[in-house]
Amino acid sequence: MIRWLLLLLGGALLGGIVHLATIIVLPRTATQDAYSRLEAIAPVNTVVALPAPTPEKAIMPFMDPAFASAVCRYDLTQGPLKLVAPISLAYTSVSFYTRSDIAYYAINDRAAGRRAIELDLMTVAQHEELPDDENITAADRLIVESPTVTGLIAIRALAPEPGLMPMAKKAVAAAKCTPARPKP
Amino acid sequence: MRLLLGTLFALIVAVIVGLGATYLALTRGAAFGALTIGSWTAWPKSGTTDADPYARASIARSGQLPTALGDGVAFVARTDDSGRTLDGRCHVVLSGITPAARYWTMTLYNREGELVANSVHRHDFTSQEVVRRADGSFQIVVAPRAQPGNWLPTSGIERYILMLRFYDTPVGVSTKEGREVSMPTIEMEGCP
Repeated sequence: MIRWLLLLLGGALLGGIVHLATIIVLPRTATQDAYSRLEAIAPVNTVVALPAPTPEKAIMPFMDPAFASAVCRYDLTQGPLKLVAPISLAYTSVSFYTRSDIAYYAINDRAAGRRAIELDLMTVAQHEELPDDENITAADRLIVESPTVTGLIAIRALAPEPGLMPMAKKAVAAAKCTPARPKP
Repeated sequence: MRLLLGTLFALIVAVIVGLGATYLALTRGAAFGALTIGSWTAWPKSGTTDADPYARASIARSGQLPTALGDGVAFVARTDDSGRTLDGRCHVVLSGITPAARYWTMTLYNREGELVANSVHRHDFTSQEVVRRADGSFQIVVAPRAQPGNWLPTSGIERYILMLRFYDTPVGVSTKEGREVSMPTIEMEGCP
């Protein structure tokens, strides 16, 4: 009897290890995560408008139907990116995600304070490589450091009522993400 | 023989306990740092780089892009205020006021995070669309059949999830569960 109880206890302990291991390994093996879903429709370093979620079809679960959204799937191996997103009437936000869909930065129209959200996206190493004089002129430009070389930028504009959706769609469709400078 | 049987037994227990716990953690949303107000729960940290391994696993498995903390906070409700699971065949009343935010949206999803088809194509309310009382409070009725006022149709599905998202809001990691933040109450009645 004692022997079986001990085995049960040992099994449960081992189960704890199995549990923690699966939780940690899962993000690396997931094939249906947001990045993989978007990989199919979004070319690299281009803004692609996402179709609005409907009951029949949505590219990702839990999308907010009151928003028009677009994504830029980025790859910074060739150099930094420049993102320009015009703001729409109500509320516009730009959120940055790592390759594993973790949000690391977000900015909205009010924080941007202009008619467009403009910023430069680069890796930490690329930021360090910036010449000093550029860093000085960069004082008035927003630099976002990406923790990973690839990732996602989500540009979203709210349509507070359905009639404003075309305007919100137009705003996100006009967003651009392009290489910051021509390739040498 | 006894050794073999014993080892096999322990391994089976390990697999059941381990995978079972993982499945439960991912389907119930078991990340740390949950902020619960009434029936509403949010995981503000899941929208930051401080997201814990449970949040990361559930984000990867569900395939959603979490709401970034600088963008907003998403609260989820699966039950009414007395703890009963939300049922689309019942008459559910959401009423009250919301914390400060520039905008909010209230959306109904099925358990997989898909919108629910209905004849009036109503899947959500935004803070601008909702009709309010004179004191600024509002009431939304979530029910299978048409209702006067703010009606969010369920199409009679058995289980659903309500998501209340606040955009450009001070609610976040430092918000304490307490009186300063007031969320709509959820009352379910008239179940078949």
